[in-house]
Amino acid sequence: METSIWRALLYLVGIMAFAGVNAAWLGWCERKGAARIQRRTGPMEAGYQGLLQPLCDGAKLLSKQLLVPQGVDGILFRVAPVLAMIPAITSMVVIPFSENVGARNMELSVLLLFALASIGMIAILLGGWASGNKYAIISGARSVSQNLAYEIPMLVTVITVVMISGSMNLRDIALDQQGGFWHWNIFRLENGHFVTMWISFLIFFICSVAETNRAPFDMAEAESELVAGFMTEYGSMGFGLFMMGEYLNIVVGACLTATLFLGGWDGPFGMTSGIWWFLIKIYILIFTFIWIRWTFPRVQIYRLLNLSWKILIPFSMANLLITAALIKVF
Amino acid sequence: MQTLVAQTGAAPSLFSPEGVVGIIFLLTVALVVAGAFIAVNSKRLVRAVAGLAVCFTGLAGVYYFLLSPFLAMMQMLIYVGAVSILIAFGIMMATPEEQQSVGMKSRSALAGPLAASVSGLLFAALSLLGLKTEWQVFPREGAGDIKAVGLALLTNYGYVFELISVVLLLAIIGALVLAQKGRN
Repeated sequence: METSIWRALLYLVGIMAFAGVNAAWLGWCERKGAARIQRRTGPMEAGYQGLLQPLCDGAKLLSKQLLVPQGVDGILFRVAPVLAMIPAITSMVVIPFSENVGARNMELSVLLLFALASIGMIAILLGGWASGNKYAIISGARSVSQNLAYEIPMLVTVITVVMISGSMNLRDIALDQQGGFWHWNIFRLENGHFVTMWISFLIFFICSVAETNRAPFDMAEAESELVAGFMTEYGSMGFGLFMMGEYLNIVVGACLTATLFLGGWDGPFGMTSGIWWFLIKIYILIFTFIWIRWTFPRVQIYRLLNLSWKILIPFSMANLLITAALIKVF
Repeated sequence: MQTLVAQTGAAPSLFSPEGVVGIIFLLTVALVVAGAFIAVNSKRLVRAVAGLAVCFTGLAGVYYFLLSPFLAMMQMLIYVGAVSILIAFGIMMATPEEQQSVGMKSRSALAGPLAASVSGLLFAALSLLGLKTEWQVFPREGAGDIKAVGLALLTNYGYVFELISVVLLLAIIGALVLAQKGRN
């Protein structure tokens, strides 16, 4: 069964469908969430509560002319949106949705996810540069400095989880946390009293918000300063791909957080574990992403980088030392 | 999964698993070569960096075919994710007007053929060396997973590991010295 071609095809179709549906309807969720927070109604016209709005948007984006302005670097301009989308979809191959649902059980899946995430960074950089637009280039530079700064504390906190679970396999990490919420890495009081893991979780979550370029860390597309940042020159489906890539990155970030810290598919009280718990967890996390975006104002780029280099990195390093000591002692 | 180099005899069928693996291997190699050509030939520096990133990605694939997934991931993470991005970053900071042609002015007609022949000779010599030498085969460390890599690094290769950390320390100190100079 492992090597059957049907299994591979089924997972391929399933992952594409999951990615597509999420990329489309998370946009709707975001608009509804924003509307709720700002005491508006949001999209209401197409379908019940505007549920068909993503389809209409998609049709509009697809039928629009693909405009390549003069003075852009043609090849890179066209490649960048695709590069933003591919790594996010590919990442889903190694995510364990439940004990039996997961396309590939890979030994180094955590590492693979971060390796793919670095390609997404290149997409923004190339998109910004290829546009040949001042604002887009500034946006690309900002986004790279931000991503580099936040990748360090993120990887360091991941190391704490990897040390506790003794594996870089997402499935093994999730299996290690089965049996109720007190086994989850965020609260982890069994075998080792890891009292500082909630700090790890906090740092990791902040970093994943920053890595996906979401407000209050959306310096790359700060519309009041940079028009639309690296997306300024993009229209139609080029823009659409960037947006879908952003939402898929959020989904991957939420899946990673849920697997590393919140027990994966494990039920909070040790029963009825299954894929539904995983989905509930990731959608709560995604809601938090939206909630944060529409609640907090954008910060300055300097303060943003200071937060990472002066606060998050020292804290994550200290946390790493404490966790290592706790592993040794208990 | 077997390395293709080890296979001898008739070529496998195109639609067998070996055939598909072979096609993927050829694609990886093509990626390396194409990336290297883009990196060398393009006049726009950012395009050259993009080519370099493609080349690194292909190299990661080659590592994967050499049965070391850990090295492949690290190649992606460090070379694609950090090195080429930092190079691109440096270029963007240094020359916003990218169209300045880069050192293509005084070049004699002989330069191209000469460079091609030198690199061709080098390639032939290295290939010959690789094929003809009786390589000493080291035993495989575990299953290529990080546990085996970590154990090997901290036991058998502890000395090398320590030396690498010294090199990193020197790099950090050097960066600090350079940054200090720039500030005054």
